[in-house]
Amino acid sequence: MDLSAINPALLLASLLVAATPILIAGIGELVVERAGVLNLGVEGMMITGAICGFMATILTGSPALGFLFAALGGAVLSLLFALLTQVALANQVASGLALTLFGLGLSALLGQGYVGLKPPATPKLDIPLLSDIPFFGTVLFNHDIIVYLGIALVAGVWAALKYTRVGLILRAVGENHDAAHALGYKVVRIRVMAIMFGGACAGLGGAYISLIRVPQWTEGMTAGAGWIALALVVFASWKPWRVLLGAWLFGGVTVLQLNLQAAGVSVPVEILSMSPYIITIIVLVIMSADKSRAPASLGRIFHASS
Amino acid sequence: MTETLLTIDKLTKAYPGVVANDSVSFEIKQGEVHALLGENGAGKSTLVKMIYGLVKPDSGVMTMNGAPFTPAEPRAARASGVAMVFQHFSLFDALDVAENIALGMENPPPMRDLAERIRSVSEEYGLPLDPYRTVGDLSAGERQRVEIIRCLLQDPKLLIMDEPTSVLTPQEVDILFETLRKLTAEGVAILYISHKLEEIRTLCDAATVLRLGKNVGTCIPAETSARDMAELMVGTELQTPKSAGADLGEVVLDISGLSMPSPSEFGTALKNLHMRLRAGEVLGIGGVAGNGQDEMLLALSGEVRVDTNALKMNGKAIGNLAPNARRALGLLTAPEERLGHAAAPDMSLTENALLSGNVRRGLSERGFLKWGKTRAFAEEIIEKFDVRTPGPDNAARSLSGGNLQKFVIGREVLQAPEVLVVNQPTWGVDALAAASIRQAILDLAAGGTAVIVISQDLDELMEVADNFAALNEGRLTEKRPTKGLSIDEIGLMMGGAHGMEAAHADA
Repeated sequence: MDLSAINPALLLASLLVAATPILIAGIGELVVERAGVLNLGVEGMMITGAICGFMATILTGSPALGFLFAALGGAVLSLLFALLTQVALANQVASGLALTLFGLGLSALLGQGYVGLKPPATPKLDIPLLSDIPFFGTVLFNHDIIVYLGIALVAGVWAALKYTRVGLILRAVGENHDAAHALGYKVVRIRVMAIMFGGACAGLGGAYISLIRVPQWTEGMTAGAGWIALALVVFASWKPWRVLLGAWLFGGVTVLQLNLQAAGVSVPVEILSMSPYIITIIVLVIMSADKSRAPASLGRIFHASS
Repeated sequence: MTETLLTIDKLTKAYPGVVANDSVSFEIKQGEVHALLGENGAGKSTLVKMIYGLVKPDSGVMTMNGAPFTPAEPRAARASGVAMVFQHFSLFDALDVAENIALGMENPPPMRDLAERIRSVSEEYGLPLDPYRTVGDLSAGERQRVEIIRCLLQDPKLLIMDEPTSVLTPQEVDILFETLRKLTAEGVAILYISHKLEEIRTLCDAATVLRLGKNVGTCIPAETSARDMAELMVGTELQTPKSAGADLGEVVLDISGLSMPSPSEFGTALKNLHMRLRAGEVLGIGGVAGNGQDEMLLALSGEVRVDTNALKMNGKAIGNLAPNARRALGLLTAPEERLGHAAAPDMSLTENALLSGNVRRGLSERGFLKWGKTRAFAEEIIEKFDVRTPGPDNAARSLSGGNLQKFVIGREVLQAPEVLVVNQPTWGVDALAAASIRQAILDLAAGGTAVIVISQDLDELMEVADNFAALNEGRLTEKRPTKGLSIDEIGLMMGGAHGMEAAHADA
C-alpha cells in the first residue's frame, strides 16, 4: 500500500471533473422539480445527450457544437415526457421510467457506428497566470469550460429562483399549481419550459461523460449517473448549493476510492466502490433534516378543470 | 346618484350535461356591496369566474363603465380593476407574504418597496401583517388578510369575495366588515358571496339570488328576512331541525389531559384537553379552522394514538386503541375531508360502506368479505339518508358534495354508535342536505348517543348542540350550555380577534 502516490492537487482537480456530469444534470432536475414535475427520465436524457453530443462532435469536429447538440437532444427527448405528462396527463413516475428505458435503447441504436471512435479533445481553458499558481492553479484553473459552466449554472439557478420574477412564478407553480392557475399563470407552459431546461442540462451532463470524462462511446456508459443526479436533488432538499456540495462530495469520494484502490488499500474493492453512494447519501440525509421540504405539487398531475 | 359599474346581461355558460348559468343578468353599482346568493351548484362560482376571466361565457355581454368587458384571462380582469379573494385561499404555503402578494400583481415593485407598501396599506385598513412571514405559519384570518391586501394593492374597482367569513371568528368578521365599508366609502364595489344570510343582511345593499343557474330574484337584504332569502334560494319551504330534548345520561366519554403533537407540519398540537361527554348529549366544538379541530378528530378516531388514560370510554382506557378497536366499542367518527379521508374517492359506495362498517356490522368472516351483506348495508344508507345516486356501485367521487356527506354521516349513524364524532358535517353542503344531516344528528342523540359536532358554522352549533366549547390554538375551553350564550361570549371563547384591530377611521 502506497498512499504517497496520491497527489492531493490532482485528486481535487479530478473531483471537479468527476462531479460535473451529475452536477449539471442535477441542477436541471432541480429546476424541473421546483416547478412541480418529477422527471425520472434523467438517465435516459443523459445517455441521449451523450450520444447526440458524441455524434455531432465526430461529424463536425467541434466539441462546442457537440455540446450544443447534446443539450438539444436532451431537450427534444424531454419534450416527449412533457407531451405525455403535461398534455396527455400521464403518470409522471411511469412516464419518467419509460423515458429512461427509451433513451437507453435509442442511444444504443444511434451509437451503433460510433463504438471505438475517439472524439477530438475539448480544449482546456488555460488561464494564463492563474493556472500557474502552485496547487490552486492545478485544482481550480486548469479545466475545460464545462466545469465552470456547471458551477455558473448552480449560481444562476440559485439567483434566478431567489431574486427574479420568473423564479418566483416557477416556485409558485411547483408549490400550488391550482392557486397559480387561479392567478392566471400558464402552469403547463411554465412546466414544459422547465422540463426542457432539465432535458438540456441532462444532455449536457451526458455529453460531458462521452466527450471529456471517458472520451469514447459505449452503450449505457452513463451507468446510473442520472439516478445519482435525481437522488442528489432530493437529498439536497431542492437547494442549488447543496446540489453542488453533494455532487462534489460524490465526485470526491469516487475519485478518492479509485485512488485508494490503485494504492492497494486492504479494504475489499466492493466496499470502496460502494462508498461514494453511501457517504453521499448519509451526509445529505443528515443535512436534509432541517425544515425544508419538497415542492408541495411535486409529481401531482395538473388539470385545469374549469 | 351612484353610477353603474358592471352590467351583466344574459350571461350563459353550459358545461357538458349542465347549464351552469342560464341568461343571468344584474348590475353592480359603484360603492355598493352586492350579494350573490345560491345553493351549492347554483352557478355562483361559474359566474364570478366569468367576471374574473377564468371562464369564457358562451353568450351574453358584460359592460364595465359603459365599455364592453370581455376579460380573456385573469390578468386582463385585474388590469380592468377586478380583484378576487378566493374561497379556498389561493396562497402558497412555502412562500412568504410579500412573495405571495407579488404573484398576484401585474407589475410588482422590487421586494423591498413592496414590503413597505404592504406595511402601509395593511395598517391603513387595520389588517396588520408582516411581509416576511411564511404564509404556511399564518392563521386562517391572517391568510385572508394576505389575500385582501393583495387585492387592495391593485386599486380595485370591483372586489369579489367568495365566502370570506367562513374561517373567521365573530370579532374578525366585524373587523373585515369595517374594512369593507371603508372600501365602499372610497367607491369600490364589492360582489359578496356567502351562505350566511344574517351577514348579508347586515352588510349588503342589494342581493341577487341564483337557483340552478337562473337568476330567480333580487332583494334588498336589509328589508328581507333571512328565512325568505333562504326559501328563495332553495325554492321550497325549509324545515328547521328539532331536538327531542332527551335527558342526559351517564358519562360515556371522558377526556382527561389529552395532549398530542400534530402529525402535519402546519398543524396545531393539542394541549391538555379535558372534557366529559354524557349519553344523549350533543357537544358543539367551535373555533377558527386550524386550531386543532383536525387533530382532535384524529385523536378520537384512533388514527393517532395518544396516552392510554387520556381517553376513557365507559371507564375503559382507550387512548392506545386503533380505529377498529374503538369502532368495536362504539366510538365512530366522520372526518371533514370527504374525498380521501372519510371516503376513498375511486371506490364504490359498497366498498366505502365496508371500510368503516366492517367491524360493527360484521361484513366479513375469517378474512373473507360478505359482499351481499355489504351491498345491502350501502343500499340501506342510500335509502334512509336520501343519497341521490344511481346505485351503490357508483364511485364515491361521482357524488356531489352534499350527497356524499349524507352517505358518510349515514354510514356512521346506521352503525348505532355510542359516541359519534363529526367534523364539519355540513361543510359545502346545500341547505336541504344540511338540514337533514342535522336532523339525523339530533335523532341519534335523542336515542342516547353522545355526539361531538366540530364545526366552524356557529349557527349550526347553536342549532344542534346542547353545550358549546371552543378550540383555540390546541386548547379546549370549558363547555357551556348553548342556551343563553351570546355571540360575543362565543367570540371570546374562540380566542378573540388574534391581534386584529378596527380600521383606523381617520386614515
